[in-house]
Amino acid sequence: MKLVEKALFAIFLEGAFIKNFLIIQFLGLCSFLGVTKDTKGAAGMSGAVIFVMTMASIISYGIYTFILDPLGLTFLRLISFIVVIASLVQLVEFVVRKNIPSLYRSLGIYLPLITTNCAVLGVVLLNVMNEYSFLESIVFGISAGIGYTIVMVMMSSIRERTSLVPVPAAMKGLPQAFIIAAFLSMAFINYFKVIPI
Amino acid sequence: MNLTTILIQSMATLGGLGLAIGIMLIVASKKFKVDVNPLVEEVTEILPGINCGACGYAGCADFAEHVVEDNAPLTGCPVGGFDVAKEIGGILGQEVSDAEAEYPYVRCNGGIHCIDRFNYEGIEDCKAVMMLSEGEKGCNYGCMGRGTCVRVCPFDAIHIGDDRLPKINKNLCTSCGICIASCPNDILVFAKQSEKVHVVCMSHDKGKTVKAVCENGCIGCKLCEKACPVDAVHVTKFLAEIDQEKCISCGKCVEKCPQGCIEMR
Repeated sequence: MKLVEKALFAIFLEGAFIKNFLIIQFLGLCSFLGVTKDTKGAAGMSGAVIFVMTMASIISYGIYTFILDPLGLTFLRLISFIVVIASLVQLVEFVVRKNIPSLYRSLGIYLPLITTNCAVLGVVLLNVMNEYSFLESIVFGISAGIGYTIVMVMMSSIRERTSLVPVPAAMKGLPQAFIIAAFLSMAFINYFKVIPI
Repeated sequence: MNLTTILIQSMATLGGLGLAIGIMLIVASKKFKVDVNPLVEEVTEILPGINCGACGYAGCADFAEHVVEDNAPLTGCPVGGFDVAKEIGGILGQEVSDAEAEYPYVRCNGGIHCIDRFNYEGIEDCKAVMMLSEGEKGCNYGCMGRGTCVRVCPFDAIHIGDDRLPKINKNLCTSCGICIASCPNDILVFAKQSEKVHVVCMSHDKGKTVKAVCENGCIGCKLCEKACPVDAVHVTKFLAEIDQEKCISCGKCVEKCPQGCIEMR
């Protein structure tokens, strides 16, 4: 029983901008502050996250609709989604290590950390909570990944610039990054007003 | 639906999921297997494996990779020394010539012979003392004896002796150079085994100033310069310096030095 029927484009806008995972919902902040030191690493990480989010949306939809829901085992959704996401990340790691070793080295610890990235689990759980159909789930997964990418690239560009600026020693590094994140977040909050959904 | 059914169904669901995903991952790991160069593994096994980073790379495995694929120097591992370099050369089919052993030595003889300008209480570290008006010692060139080098040494080869100067144990020292990089006053310098005579002072202050603060400092009196038969010692800016190329280790300057700041090892 859905409350509101939404157009696919509205779902896309919601995932990418209005309910941006990094900056409005504060999910996945670990990678947001850890990998944004340079744009190349941030873009690579974002590509991996888009892939994982989309695939996780597809597979978790199948598992939830055809296995868990008919059997009345919906309480198993959390653990089964985590298993799915972890294995997907492992798969991505194999592929990246084989084909893009330089990216594999620059991501380092953060690639396995997608496993425990709450943004990915957030996407699949929101799919279930909002009772999205198959197509809507895919759109929401992709849009969440694209929103993640936009913010990651913005953040890394800003941090590349600000790393060259003389700032007080106490503000160098993460404190600076948190303040930048706060300003970005204030900018994104305006989407609530602009596009009423 | 009773509890047993739910339990069995749950177990079957999660078990089946795990099995399917496990099989998929096994297939993927076979398909995307990364071939590691066998030479890299061989070199890694030869290296000491303590990952001290003295070679400038991130650990032994990284160094091995760079030696095999990126043209890093064969003698890049100072800890393993000549033996390891020779073995690496054997694997890669290259000759390695023997280099003379170098050890760090302490170019300061102050310690307790050098006055303290104030009583320092704080973090036991030379860099911390340096922040307080160039250190507590009367001499701005000398050793502060707070043991920064002792703590960075991965081999436990340096200890602060009774005279508050670092003592280097050559049997434990691997010439990795970490202590030399850590010393804020550049007191520690590499010296070859064959170089016997050293000036153990770094003070460029005038004789009068040095005498006021340190019993063993070089006062630039030029007696050593006159004593040297081969013109190897020269006093520049009130400090004797020995040209190791010319020095014949006769020991005449050591006898003549009124301050005892030239040492024969």
